[in-house]
Amino acid sequence: MMTFAFYLFALSVVVSGFMVVISRNPVHSVLWLILAFISAAGLFVLQGAEFVAMLLVIVYVGAVAVLFLFVVMMLDIDFAALKGELARYLPLGLLIALVMMAQLGIAFGIWESAATAEAARVAPIVENTLNTHALGLILYDRYLLPFQLAGLILLVAMIGAILLTLRHRRDIKRQDVLQQMWRDPAKAMRMTNPKPGQGLQ
Amino acid sequence: MMTSLDLYTLMPEVALSIFALVALMFGAFFGKDRVAGPVLWLSVIALLAAAVAIGWGVRADSQAFFGMFIDDAFARFAKVTILLSAAAVLAMSAAYLTRHGLMRFELPVLVVLAVIGMMVMVSAGDLLTLYMGLELQSMALYVVAAMRRESARSSEAGLKYFVLGSLSSGMLLYGASLVYGYAGTTNLAAVMQAITTDRLSVGLLFGLVFLLVGLAFKVSAVPFHMWTPDVYEGSPTPVTAFFATAPKVAAMAMIARLMWGAFGGVPGEWTQVIAVMAVLSMFLGSIAGIGQRDIKRLMAYSSIAHVGFALIGLAAGTVFGVQSTLIYMAVYAVMNVGTFAFILSMERNGRPVTAIDDLNLLARAEPLKALAMTVLLFSLTGVPPMLGFFAKFGVLKAAVDVQMGWLSVLGVIASVIGAYYYLRIVYYMYFGTQRDTPVESRMGGAQWLALMGSAAAMIIGAFTLFGTEAAAERAALSLVGENSVVIPDPVAVATAPVD
Repeated sequence: MMTFAFYLFALSVVVSGFMVVISRNPVHSVLWLILAFISAAGLFVLQGAEFVAMLLVIVYVGAVAVLFLFVVMMLDIDFAALKGELARYLPLGLLIALVMMAQLGIAFGIWESAATAEAARVAPIVENTLNTHALGLILYDRYLLPFQLAGLILLVAMIGAILLTLRHRRDIKRQDVLQQMWRDPAKAMRMTNPKPGQGLQ
Repeated sequence: MMTSLDLYTLMPEVALSIFALVALMFGAFFGKDRVAGPVLWLSVIALLAAAVAIGWGVRADSQAFFGMFIDDAFARFAKVTILLSAAAVLAMSAAYLTRHGLMRFELPVLVVLAVIGMMVMVSAGDLLTLYMGLELQSMALYVVAAMRRESARSSEAGLKYFVLGSLSSGMLLYGASLVYGYAGTTNLAAVMQAITTDRLSVGLLFGLVFLLVGLAFKVSAVPFHMWTPDVYEGSPTPVTAFFATAPKVAAMAMIARLMWGAFGGVPGEWTQVIAVMAVLSMFLGSIAGIGQRDIKRLMAYSSIAHVGFALIGLAAGTVFGVQSTLIYMAVYAVMNVGTFAFILSMERNGRPVTAIDDLNLLARAEPLKALAMTVLLFSLTGVPPMLGFFAKFGVLKAAVDVQMGWLSVLGVIASVIGAYYYLRIVYYMYFGTQRDTPVESRMGGAQWLALMGSAAAMIIGAFTLFGTEAAAERAALSLVGENSVVIPDPVAVATAPVD
């Protein structure tokens, strides 16, 4: 049963990943991407990493992919022209990819690891701790420094996005809550009862 | 278990991070860019304070977070250079930023955050922290490069830097994954232990080369230099000045840290690669600079050539080589601070100009500034009495010491070719012909101080090198061998129970 589930999810990831790249319609690409994420989450569940699986669904499917979907739908990008551009560079790109594949194939063919690699790679699982708890223990202890640095990087990205895109326009009307509340209904409204055919004076 | 001792080792970085966050809140809360000036000067003070605390405080060599972060003489030397040059660039940019409407409080905050990234880079004892520091630095630099939104050049510079920088980060990560695959750990000292043979296996060699490619991008060594001229020209001048100083020092120190920290047992495998990059950088930088008409573009090619020279020291693969590279980068940072202080002051009718022709006959209007600039240009060329000569001499000697005389000969030839474009500026300033209205050189106090200070340093420093020689030697020794920081055994750390 486990084997069947693994192959089902794995096949689903590979196929949907492939469809992301070759879909003609970008919206379809994003939808395939969501399928790929969900299948990957399934793989994580099989590994016993429920927390990571849930994160993948909540963060990637719930937020990132949906954001992508909106961006793709709202941006006016001529994907046909982009595809044409792609076709122009395709032969050269394929050639480079082929050469790199061959090189990496060579490296893979005679791959060897250090004698101590296996021992250094082990990550012991602490008995009787839940997924989330174990992750927290390691993230806020041994890997505190990279974790906090990642936070700083995200902060910089946020500052950058605001600095580069936010414009304070003076010619638009903004909502001023205080002003709204201070308005006097007696002055703001006038009740009239116009006769038919006369209209407002 | 993490202890407060770990955080104590990280004190300067933590303090600067807190400063950056507070400054950001302060700026966002109090009327945006009205407080940009105070925030900028506070940042200068914070950077200087950190430099003093690191450089002159009494701190024993230590490591934190299981060897992920190393605080040794090497890291301290690089950090002091980075902090001082960043503070100098910020201080001298203030007047320019105000005059040209670029004074935004985010700029000093981003610079401080970039500096934190650089400090982590040079202290990294693990591929993870190394990458995190590098990304923190790069991310902040992408943003400041594109800061002048209304200018297409600036946006182009930012975008180009971002795309190519991400590509190089990808290469670096791929290399890191191959190294992890070989050694089973990302800790540099542990990687060094895992390499027991004299020659690297092909897979690990692939990893090493990918790592080097990613790093060569960051120091803009040929053949990974393509972004440099466009980014230097397109970015606002204060940002260019920043690019040309602190990040270069950090990236160069990071190459030394990575190569010696993880591959120190097999220097023969990477010194050849670095030697080739050094030769290509020196020649491309020197030859391609000849045709330039824009002084910022010229400084881009100049920086490529200088990086080539600094790499010679690493290519030598000795303690003295590392020492001379450190001194070279420090001197290079000082020279660039002075030169950019001058470039920042060039304007005509209130608009900044950067064409070299604009400097015609500047010596008549501004004899003192022209003289200071001449001293700096001679030093950049490497003419004997100046400090720049001794920096070059150090790296060339390092190469000769290890029977790499050919590298030194090529270095001297490249430096003679490069002399043409530096001395051409001197020629224009003293003997040029007047065509346009003369360029004005409006300087604030900080700029004047930076220009005169660095020019004076070029002359006075030649006698003693301000004691940097001894500091650099201690730094090189702490990196290369004898007294390096002891890192806990990574296998024991990995298998130890978490509680």
